[in-house]
Amino acid sequence: MIAKAFQPIYSRIKALTKATITLDADGVQYDELAWVDGRTAQVIKVDGKEVSLQVFSGTEGLGTNAQVVFSGSAPNIHLSPLLAGRYFNAFGVPLDGKDKVQGEERDVKGATVNPVRRQLPSELLATGIAGIDLNNTLVTGQKIPFFADPDQPYNRILAEVAMRADSDRIVLGGMGISHDDFLMFQQRFNSSGAGDKIVSFINTSEDPPLERLLIPDLVCSAAEYFAFEKQEKVLVLLTDMTLYADALAIVSNKMDQIPSKDAMPGSLYSDLARIYEKAVQFQNGGSITIIAVTTLNDGDITHAIPDNTGYITEGQLYLKKDPETGLTIIDPFRSLSRLKQNVIGIKTREDHPQVMNALVRLYADASEARSKKENGFDLNEYDERSLRFAEAYTRELLDVQLNIGTEEMLDRGWRLMSRFFKDYELGIRQNLIDKYWPEAKS
Amino acid sequence: MTKGKITAILSNLLQVEVDGPIRQNEICYVLKAGEELMAEVIKINGNIAFAQLFEAGSGLKAGDQVHFSGELLEVSLGPGLLSKNFDGLQNDLEAMPGSFIQAGQRTPALDLDEEYEFTPLVKPGAILEAGDAFGEVPENALKHTIMLPFKFEGKWEITEIAPAGKYPLKHIVAKVKNENGESQDLSMVQKWPVKWPIKNYLRKERPAEIFRTGLRVIDSLNPIAEGGTAYIPGAFGTGKTVLQQAIAKNNRAEVVILVACGERANEVVEIFHSFPELEDLATGRKLKDKTTIVCNTSNMPVAAREASVYVGMTMAEYYRSMGHKVLLLADSTSRWAQALREMSNRMEELPGTDAFPVELPAVIANFYGRAGKVEMRNGTKGSVTFLGTVSPAGGNFKEPVTESTSKVARCFYALSQKRADAKRYPAIDPLQSYSRYLDYEEFQAFAAEHIESAWIEKVNRAKNLLSKGIEARDQISILGDDSVPLDYHRDFWKSELIDFAFIQQDSFDDTDMNSSLERQSFMLNRVLEICDKPQEFEDFSAVSAFYKKVINLFKQMNYSDFESDDFQKFNSELEALFNLQSIEA
Repeated sequence: MIAKAFQPIYSRIKALTKATITLDADGVQYDELAWVDGRTAQVIKVDGKEVSLQVFSGTEGLGTNAQVVFSGSAPNIHLSPLLAGRYFNAFGVPLDGKDKVQGEERDVKGATVNPVRRQLPSELLATGIAGIDLNNTLVTGQKIPFFADPDQPYNRILAEVAMRADSDRIVLGGMGISHDDFLMFQQRFNSSGAGDKIVSFINTSEDPPLERLLIPDLVCSAAEYFAFEKQEKVLVLLTDMTLYADALAIVSNKMDQIPSKDAMPGSLYSDLARIYEKAVQFQNGGSITIIAVTTLNDGDITHAIPDNTGYITEGQLYLKKDPETGLTIIDPFRSLSRLKQNVIGIKTREDHPQVMNALVRLYADASEARSKKENGFDLNEYDERSLRFAEAYTRELLDVQLNIGTEEMLDRGWRLMSRFFKDYELGIRQNLIDKYWPEAKS
Repeated sequence: MTKGKITAILSNLLQVEVDGPIRQNEICYVLKAGEELMAEVIKINGNIAFAQLFEAGSGLKAGDQVHFSGELLEVSLGPGLLSKNFDGLQNDLEAMPGSFIQAGQRTPALDLDEEYEFTPLVKPGAILEAGDAFGEVPENALKHTIMLPFKFEGKWEITEIAPAGKYPLKHIVAKVKNENGESQDLSMVQKWPVKWPIKNYLRKERPAEIFRTGLRVIDSLNPIAEGGTAYIPGAFGTGKTVLQQAIAKNNRAEVVILVACGERANEVVEIFHSFPELEDLATGRKLKDKTTIVCNTSNMPVAAREASVYVGMTMAEYYRSMGHKVLLLADSTSRWAQALREMSNRMEELPGTDAFPVELPAVIANFYGRAGKVEMRNGTKGSVTFLGTVSPAGGNFKEPVTESTSKVARCFYALSQKRADAKRYPAIDPLQSYSRYLDYEEFQAFAAEHIESAWIEKVNRAKNLLSKGIEARDQISILGDDSVPLDYHRDFWKSELIDFAFIQQDSFDDTDMNSSLERQSFMLNRVLEICDKPQEFEDFSAVSAFYKKVINLFKQMNYSDFESDDFQKFNSELEALFNLQSIEA
């Protein structure tokens, strides 16, 4: 981060805000990186000679005579297999005290995959969690966030899913995560012996918030390298995307842009889509699957961040605590995996789609019965049955702690239905009932 | 040719100092490391042009060279558009090398060396006006007429025309001259600026015929007419895209243009994957044969989103001019509006509601206005039926894009979060949705003749039963199961029957996904018949038990081929169950 020979140094700063500086400079590129008294900054506006830079760590203490040196290029990353097992900060600087990684230097923005060269994602990604595998089946090449209130153990579950899912490579992007959670990830990765297949780019809550804007591009570049060039099955973990979006809002605010909904920049949709759309199934077999975390404010999914995310991602996994049993579950109502249709009943057993839907519909009946009960009405016999079913369904299938295979989930589903209901109450195709209904079998 | 130099860069908005005359909306090219990046002039102030770059501005410098083309954003129109996959600027995606799209990469929309079997339709001496056919080539299953280019003004006489035979697209197939003695060579390809409607028709008609989608909740309850417009707003996860894809598969249009505007790439990939396999119900050929995809997914250049919907509409109008029935689907128009907002914001224009540009309602109205059924000068009729999805922020329909669209689209398909949560798909709310065409006398006459005489009354009766059921449900949930008359339970379950047996439809089931009008009318009659039959029950749990059995039988019927043995079996079981109950009564 020092000036090369004959590189001009500017030291007349015309304007300063909390996050940006403006000065006159020649031949500057849009998006170019620069250093302001050693702090990393990036060009965000060029107006004739006048250049505005965003200073990632903030401008606190910077003088109007601060020294500005331009790097001549946009942010880039050195790509090599040696990234594996390493921890970096938002500038790609090692956090683990080891040497810098040498390798091919590449612009982190990267090019867009030609949609006609994408493959249809259709390889099942099993996690052993029924709330995912049974109800919201994931496939490689998919992008999906956990929607979670801040009190949910989302990072622990994210780590668990990452360890259970079958992948060649995991790339973790931590944005504003607590130092404790960072250590939890590290500990979890090492204890499962997977430490060597993981690349991590970490910005914790102790680091300056704007620095986290660089994390997703680094993560996606590394993931694309392993997926496209090494044909690996890459799993990307991004947490917490809400804190990333908050950082976007800070920059747009300092740039005097008119905010749209919830004080977010009008480009929020495009900004998020650029990251999530890196999820891909390449024709050469490599893939990038993105599992992210979007924390919510008191369950509000109409807020601009979860709302825009929902429009971009292929579904969402809604973490919640079941009030009846106290167990953490993936909400069967509001969760969705849009790509499950590519595998359920095709790569999994034929009864999967109908069993999944019937169970959720019966669970919905239970939730209606519950609200009836709460309003002080008498429950009829069907209501009683559905309530008992709901509790069993939660304990025997939905609990995220369980780790079972998809066939076993389906068998449990049939047993649950036959324990509490008549076959005609399910609306399932007759030929499947004939084949799988536990009574008919025996 | 006018040239210029970049003076300012803010994301993809450039300011360019120019040395000569330029036009509003003119296309210009920025030179960057041997590549030409395309941009469109969107504002001019003195000798400064404001241009939106159809790429990211990364790496550009003040002083970089720009040259102006003198042309607006145009598309190529000619044989070979069908089965192609274009980006938002009509670049042929298949023709691009490699797995990634490099900045500034351009490929021609049509392969000018590709040969087509040309048949002349006129002789030398024939007098033509813009849009009049002079030749014809087969394109997949379609008759593709070659017309005097839409840009031509006045009358033109054919002086030479090629005999029938195989020619490459670039071949001069005809020569024409006008009264002033100017002459022109014509190939099979012409160009047209996307923002201008193609208006070479005689007149636009009021839509009268039903446009079949195969979805019961649309065709029967809130039908869209051929040449009509509809919009589908819905929060994420309510099934907008699945619904639009179901329509793309089941329709009977001759040409389908799908515009994926700022949405997920994997959804388009699914279409790439399935359309070459799926059968077109209208012709028995593959769906891909009649489909053109314009694909500007959310990670492709934001500025090209606006272009993508206009590119799609212009190609749709082109096929309409030949007398074809065209369906245009755009998913989602909100992403286009957001792209307009991003640019308006960078231009520091005073914002309208939610920071959208103030002209948004007018832009949307003009776009929807381009759909319609038209009669050409030679008496043939063609149509563009347009369905757009809207992605309202937070699922709230009181937002500028939804509101502006509601003023111009004639059908409204409201996707309800509640229905989606309960997995009642398609999640179209049958009562909140509407079709203005049901009120059209032309449409009513069509339904009476082609479906059945009292069809509209039956549809309204089903809707009344639905709304009665909702009232009953509300009463039951306020007063409790025991405290309401049995009638309430009966009314509620009748509406559930209509919902489960008729409105809900499984788009992932090969049989249920597409219901013919004949089948729809059979099923609706059956359902209404049951609702009309007086029935007595002991108590409310007997009501639900009975209707659950009925619903189950209807579902089994929906999963069986129409009038197949299975279908008849469930139908007679239904009759048996039904008579049994009425005998006891």
